[in-house]
Amino acid sequence: MKRSSAPAWTTVLVIVFFYIPTLTLIIQSFNSAKYGGGWQGFTLDWYRKLMHEREVWRAVQNSLWIAAYSTLGATTLGTLGAWMLNRYKSKLQSAHYTLMYAPLMVPEILMGISLLMFFVNLGIPLGLPTIILAHITFCVSYVCFTVMGRLQDFDDSLIHAAQDLGAQWPTIIWKILLPLLGPGILAGALLAFTLSIDDFVITFFTSGPGSTTLPVYIYSAIKKGSLATINALSVLMMLVTFTIVLVSNHFINHKKT
Amino acid sequence: MHHADRHKRPPEWGLTMPSFGWMTLFFLIPSVLIFLIAFRPALPNGGIGEGWSLSAVKSLFDPSYPLVIWRTIWVSAICTTLCLGLGVPVAYYIARLPETKRRWVLLLIILPFWSNFLIRILAWQTLLHSEGPLKQLLEFLRVMDPHTTLLYNVWVVLTVLVYTELPFAILPIYAAAEKFDFSLLDAARDLGASQFRAFWTVFLPGIKRGLLTALLVVLIPAFGTYAITDLVGGTQAEMIGNVIARRVLSDKNYPQASALSAALCLVILTPMLIALFTQRRQNGGAAK
Repeated sequence: MKRSSAPAWTTVLVIVFFYIPTLTLIIQSFNSAKYGGGWQGFTLDWYRKLMHEREVWRAVQNSLWIAAYSTLGATTLGTLGAWMLNRYKSKLQSAHYTLMYAPLMVPEILMGISLLMFFVNLGIPLGLPTIILAHITFCVSYVCFTVMGRLQDFDDSLIHAAQDLGAQWPTIIWKILLPLLGPGILAGALLAFTLSIDDFVITFFTSGPGSTTLPVYIYSAIKKGSLATINALSVLMMLVTFTIVLVSNHFINHKKT
Repeated sequence: MHHADRHKRPPEWGLTMPSFGWMTLFFLIPSVLIFLIAFRPALPNGGIGEGWSLSAVKSLFDPSYPLVIWRTIWVSAICTTLCLGLGVPVAYYIARLPETKRRWVLLLIILPFWSNFLIRILAWQTLLHSEGPLKQLLEFLRVMDPHTTLLYNVWVVLTVLVYTELPFAILPIYAAAEKFDFSLLDAARDLGASQFRAFWTVFLPGIKRGLLTALLVVLIPAFGTYAITDLVGGTQAEMIGNVIARRVLSDKNYPQASALSAALCLVILTPMLIALFTQRRQNGGAAK
C-alpha cells in the first residue's frame, strides 16, 4: 500500500523553518554591516568588541552563580520530595503532589508577578537572593518529576535487606540510594541548571539593580537596538550549549551500549 | 523484635516538610497573594496602600482590555492548532523511521531549541529586520513596498510563538506515536478504510494522551506570552502579559497588575478544572 508523502514533506519544511532564523543570525554575526543590512564583508570585529564588554562578563558570572545555587537547592528539595511522593500514599502526599504539579500549569509571567508581589509585600529588596529563591521554586517541580520517573523502577527490598544487615539511614543513603538514583538525580540537576541559565521572564520580574543575568542583558541589548555584538554573543552561547548537548548525548549513548 | 518495627520508615511529616513548605511559601502563598492585592488600593506614586478597595478589580472593565484579552485568546488558540497540526505529521514521520535515523532527526529538531529563548526571538528579528535578508529579497522581487515593515504586527508574534512552541508539541506527540502499533493502520486499510479515515479514526485516538499533553504544553505558555510581543510585536500586537508587565514596570500599579494576573489565572484554571472533573467522573472517581 502506498503511504502518503505529506508527513515527510511537513517534517522537511518544519526543519527548514527551525533553522532559517538561526542560520541568519550566525551569518549576520560575521557581517561588517552594523545593522545587519546587506552583506558588507566578513568580520570578526563583533566578537572582538564582545571580549571587551565588561557588563557581559558580569552577567555571565551572575547567571552561573544563580544557576549553581538554584541547582543545589532545587535538586535537594526535588529529590527529597520525589522520594516521599513515591514512598507514601497519603492525604498529605496528594496535597504535596498538587503543590509540585501546579507550578508546571502556570505561565511564567504569573509566577514572576506573584513572586514579585510576595517580595515587595515582605519588603525584601530585589537582587541575586530573590532571583535564586524564584529559580529554586520553578526548578523543584522539574527535578521532582524527573527523579520520580526513575524511582518507579527502584526496588524497595534493597533497603530492607540493608536494614536487616544492620545498616543505618546515613549508610543506606550513601551506599545504596545515591549510587542507584544518581543518574536520575543528575538528570534532574542538569535540567534545573539549564532552566535556570535560560530563564528570562521570572528573572526579569524578580531582579533588581546589579543583578543582571545573561538573558536579561540580551533583552536590554535587543531593546536598545545594539544588535551586532549580541549576535556574536548568541553564536558563542549556542556553540557552548551545542557542545554540552553533543558531549552529553555521546556519553548517554555510550552508556546504553 | 517486631517486623514492622525493624523496618522503620523515616518520619513522613518531617521529610515531606522541606519541599512541601518551600512550595507553600514560595508558590502557594504568592499565588493567593495576587488575589488579595487585587482588592487593595494603589498609591499614587506606585505601591500598595492600606485598607481595601474595588478600584483595581473595576479597572478590569477598562474598555481597552476586551480587545487585548480577545487577541490573547485567539492568538493562543491558533498557535496551539498550528502546533498540533504540524506536530502530528512530524511525529508520525519520525516514529515510522528506522531506529538509527530516528535519533538523528530528533536531535536535528531539538538542536536549535537549546539556544536561549531570547536568542531565538533575536534570530527572527534579524531575519525580518527592515534591512534584513527576507525584506530585501521581497523588495527585490517587488512583492513588498520598501516603506512597510515585516516586524511589529500580530502575525509575526504568531509565527515566532509557533516557532518557539512547536518542538514542545512534537516531543510529547512523538512519545505517544512511538508506542503506537502501526500495524493497526495497515489493518484498517485492509478492512477498506481510506488512508485519511485510518489516520483519523485509528491513529489520532491512539495518541490521545500525547495530544493532550502537547495541547497543555503549548496553550499555557501562549496565554502568558510576554517577551515575544514585547520584542517583535509592538503595541498593536499586545497580549495580556504585556499589559500586566506595563502595570508593574512603568506604572508600579501593583493592585491593577495583580487583578489582571488573577484574571489570567482564572482564565487558565477554569478549563483545566472542568477537564479534571469530567475526567474524574468518567473514571468513576477511581483514578487519581
